Amino acid sequence: MATTSLAGKPEAERCCTVDRVSMVYKIGAFGGTDLPAVRDVSFEVRAGEVVSLIGESGSGKTTLGKMILRLCPITGETITVDGVDISTFKRRRLKTYYRSVQGVFQDPFSSYNPIFKADRVFSMIKDEYFAEVNAAEWRRKVAASLEAVRLSPDEVLNKYPHQLSGGQLQRILIARALLLDIRLLVADEIISMLDASTRIDVLNLLADLKAQGLGILFITHDLSLGNYVSDKTVILRRGRIVEMGAPDRVFGNPLHPYTKSLLTSVPQLHRKWERVEAELAAGRAGLTGRCIYHERYPNGDGPVGLDAERPTLAEAEDDHFVACFQADGEETC
Amino acid sequence: MSKVSLRVAGLKVHYRTLRGDVKALDDVTFAVADGETMGLAGESGCGKTTLGKSLIRLDGRMRHVDGTVELDDEELPIGDTARMNDFRFREVFIIPQYAMSAMNPTRKIGKMTKELLESRGVRFETVRTELKRRLELVGLAHDVLDRYPIELSGGMKQRMVMVLSTLLNPSLLVADEVTSALDVSTQRAVAETLVDFRDRGFVRSMIVITHDVSLVYQIADSIMVMYAGKLAEKAPTDVIVDSPRHPYTQLLISSLPEVGVKYADKRLTGIPGSPPSLLDPPAGCRFRDRCPLAFDKCSEEPPFVEVEHGHYVACWKA
Ligand SMILES: Nc1ncnc2c1ncn2[C@@H]1O[C@H](COP(=O)(O)OP(=O)(O)OP(=O)(O)O)[C@@H](O)[C@H]1O
Ligand SMILES: Nc1ncnc2c1ncn2[C@@H]1O[C@H](COP(=O)(O)OP(=O)(O)O)[C@@H](O)[C@H]1O
Ligand code: SF4
Ligand SMILES: [Mg+2]
Ligand SMILES: [Mg+2]
Repeated sequence: MATTSLAGKPEAERCCTVDRVSMVYKIGAFGGTDLPAVRDVSFEVRAGEVVSLIGESGSGKTTLGKMILRLCPITGETITVDGVDISTFKRRRLKTYYRSVQGVFQDPFSSYNPIFKADRVFSMIKDEYFAEVNAAEWRRKVAASLEAVRLSPDEVLNKYPHQLSGGQLQRILIARALLLDIRLLVADEIISMLDASTRIDVLNLLADLKAQGLGILFITHDLSLGNYVSDKTVILRRGRIVEMGAPDRVFGNPLHPYTKSLLTSVPQLHRKWERVEAELAAGRAGLTGRCIYHERYPNGDGPVGLDAERPTLAEAEDDHFVACFQADGEETC
Repeated sequence: MSKVSLRVAGLKVHYRTLRGDVKALDDVTFAVADGETMGLAGESGCGKTTLGKSLIRLDGRMRHVDGTVELDDEELPIGDTARMNDFRFREVFIIPQYAMSAMNPTRKIGKMTKELLESRGVRFETVRTELKRRLELVGLAHDVLDRYPIELSGGMKQRMVMVLSTLLNPSLLVADEVTSALDVSTQRAVAETLVDFRDRGFVRSMIVITHDVSLVYQIADSIMVMYAGKLAEKAPTDVIVDSPRHPYTQLLISSLPEVGVKYADKRLTGIPGSPPSLLDPPAGCRFRDRCPLAFDKCSEEPPFVEVEHGHYVACWKA
């Protein structure tokens, strides 16, 4: 198992811990303006668990995923995988790291070079990690991982990207990640380009993988899909976590005004927007004028979450956390 | 809502390719009433965009094989690009799929608007006031006209596109996947703007193309489902969602995850198999290979017939 290469063996199930990380992009002429894309974010993805990271476009989801994949520097505190701090990994150590942690991204077409056959993504992995494996054994390995994503080798090998559908291309990328015996998969908007039926196939696949012990960070802007496979939901707004917890709690009893506004916007079958809105307004009545976070931490004034000494989230009920209701960064309540 | 606005009859449109004709639209017949918002749904590649484009302008590789399109009782010369110019923009307008990414990034939005209007023989000055009024209506500041497309967010761009495309109050607006790339809050705002524009009379009828049935369920009066270049079913929105008759529609609806549905409780199945190639589509019902109800008769092609008032289905079992 490739994972044995990660020293500092994990507490039985712990997989990835994100601990108070932030990211500021420099934008504008000469990089003179700061754009805080991720602010003081902490959460955990355990082995065999799907964590859905949900938020509107620009909320910092991709940036967080890139930090875990070390495609982006880690600032603030740190990220550990199986108990090992990954923020300082250099070349050789990174290469070993990518044996156990891989990412798949939104637009399957952009991950392929149109002038090469799609299965080149496999031979690139072979050259990098499995140079010593002989051809026959490699073919068996590839076939097995294609089967795991329910593709038949005849159907997809030896074809150019334009001869395959978006769903097939997306599943090939997941199959490539599986060749590496990974422990953690970062899946960034991998289904938003696919149509309903293909989406379900890919989601069911994630569920199967999680049953085999893989930890998955499932990044999406679609709440209905976020709920289907996930064990934990993290709602991100302008780089901050505003609500987090078991999906039943977060979706069934949303507390933060932002989560509620997101939920009222999800197009649902059988329930029109007006109805969802009316129901949530009824549920909100008891919370008007309150802020659960500051009821729990009355002295926590000032911008929430920038101070590492103070928790950014309050536990509202078992396995359900919420930030200050005004937590959009600029003001407090 | 009784007067017919759009009437499409026996429409066949093919794409010419090196390997032969792709039969992307085959014998399509339907009508859209005055004031109706119709959702057009179906799997990727089933011909939704092709249908939308056929109502407005065929591109170089498309071939008008047969059939007619009438708008407000006047036949559209869809095979004749030059003559269609009189109708585009004033009578029918399409917001193309990927319109947002198609905006020229080096042209200020105001300049682009002006050029677009002038190419239609409309002087910018004559619509300036109305343009500003409508920008306000969708929450865009006047100064968007001085900005470049890359400076706007996805939602702002999409609202700008909507204002532009309805500025001359067309009879029919075709919106192709205008919300697909947006997050849920922006998606809702854009969808509601479409309804609002219809209610204000900026546009009379609409065809809203999407692969997301739950989105058109929110805003459409009727939904039409396509499968492999043919019509499968058309009915009022609630009928399509609550009691669809075509096996394909039934599978499509039941394959959608709803908020609250969890894999652990209910494993959704999707629709096994994939649609047939349109280069050489099979005879008979095109859904036959994947249809759980298929029987002998399905080797003949089922006609698209009205089974109840306003409810059309192409299936021998319906
Ligand atoms: N320029 C073209 N040349 C050849 N075939 C084409 C061309 N454009 C589309 N097609 C084919 O015509 C069929 C219908 O395509 P169309 O773009 O109308 O599908 P769609 O329903 O809009 O799909 P999507 O949901 O992916 O947008 C498909 O089989 C497609 O491969
Ligand atoms: N390379 C970059 N340089 C500057 N700003 C960036 C860069 N990548 C992302 N951003 C900005 O950071 C914020 C968060 O972006 P991102 O993580 O991509 O969000 P999401 O994936 O949730 O849409 C956005 O405001 C975005 O414009
Ligand atoms: S006509 Fe036959 S194959 Fe086609 S949808 Fe109906 S039952 Fe199924
Ligand atoms: Mg992103
Ligand atoms: Mg299309």
